[in-house]
Amino acid sequence: MESALANSAVWGTLLTLSAYMAGLFMKNKSKMTVMNPLCIAIILVIAVLLVFHMDYEAYRSSSQYITCLLTPATVCLALPLYERLDLLKSKFNIVLGGILTGVLTCFAVVLALSGLFHLTHSMYVTLLLKSVTMAIGVAVVEQLGGYVPIAAAVIIVTGLLGNMFAESIFRICKIEDPVARGLALGTASHVIGTARAMELGQTEGAISSLAIVITGLVTVILVNAFAVLL
Amino acid sequence: MKYLKQFTVILFFAFIGEALHFLLPLQIPASIYGLIVLFLFLYNKIILPEDIKETALFLIEIMPLFFIPSAAGLMRIWNLIAAICVPLTMIVVITTFAVIAVTGKAVQVVINFAKEKKDLQQTDACLFNTNVKFYGR
Repeated sequence: MESALANSAVWGTLLTLSAYMAGLFMKNKSKMTVMNPLCIAIILVIAVLLVFHMDYEAYRSSSQYITCLLTPATVCLALPLYERLDLLKSKFNIVLGGILTGVLTCFAVVLALSGLFHLTHSMYVTLLLKSVTMAIGVAVVEQLGGYVPIAAAVIIVTGLLGNMFAESIFRICKIEDPVARGLALGTASHVIGTARAMELGQTEGAISSLAIVITGLVTVILVNAFAVLL
Repeated sequence: MKYLKQFTVILFFAFIGEALHFLLPLQIPASIYGLIVLFLFLYNKIILPEDIKETALFLIEIMPLFFIPSAAGLMRIWNLIAAICVPLTMIVVITTFAVIAVTGKAVQVVINFAKEKKDLQQTDACLFNTNVKFYGR
């Protein structure tokens, strides 16, 4: 049974797709920010595997045809980047400065708190990549010797937190400019934060998707220097 | 046929990314190499947005889907993080809120500053204009 499921290219893909569709359905029905389709899908998949006593590795190998699309999909982010090149050029200094500030803040806070809580090196490098889009984060964490599943979870939770609470933070800190809001969301909460930025406005969405890519690049360049600090 | 062509082009750049990742000794994921090479091809107009557009936008739209299998791996490592669950949650929450607040505020301050400077220049220009008018009269 287990091996039959592990060898099936359909079963894992079907479970993943059904869980995500269920998540989308629940989000559309309830219209609450807490109802994030991705979050619901993950919980559903775990629930199904646990309830039916199924092996995670079997699910993993059966759903590999979904995971293998992650690299092509990330490559595609070059398109929005290219299409918003004018916006980037006109605000280049602000965009780059904002993203650098965000990435360094992330590294500094993670370093300080990891030291405070005496986390291991593997855990620390896993957390360093938390604000980066999943494809980049998971790949870099793997190379730095962190925990890939924890990285995936941490990255998703980071995205969800930004998606749900960014607007309250904007209100408290009096952050009103569309560029500032888009940069904050994209830099902190990657794709899931950008989904919220798109709802806030056109400029917010464009700047935020730009921020995903540049944050990814800046983090990849700087992370090696920070990884050796703890 | 159009989608098949677009998907082939995207896979080609993904493969170039994997090749570069294999050949170069840097810790940069294949997807980032592919992204940069595709961007350069778009920038130099060797590849046009139409060559990839619909398929690319579709793949970006369903991107969350590709994260589900990795994230479900959380169930397997739960015993690993159960002990440090509280500090882990605290770090993730504090860092995320700090990044949003600091990035947003920093950019907002710079933009406000630039605006003030512009307003100041405009008031200067206004004063200058009234002077000219005054002397002209």
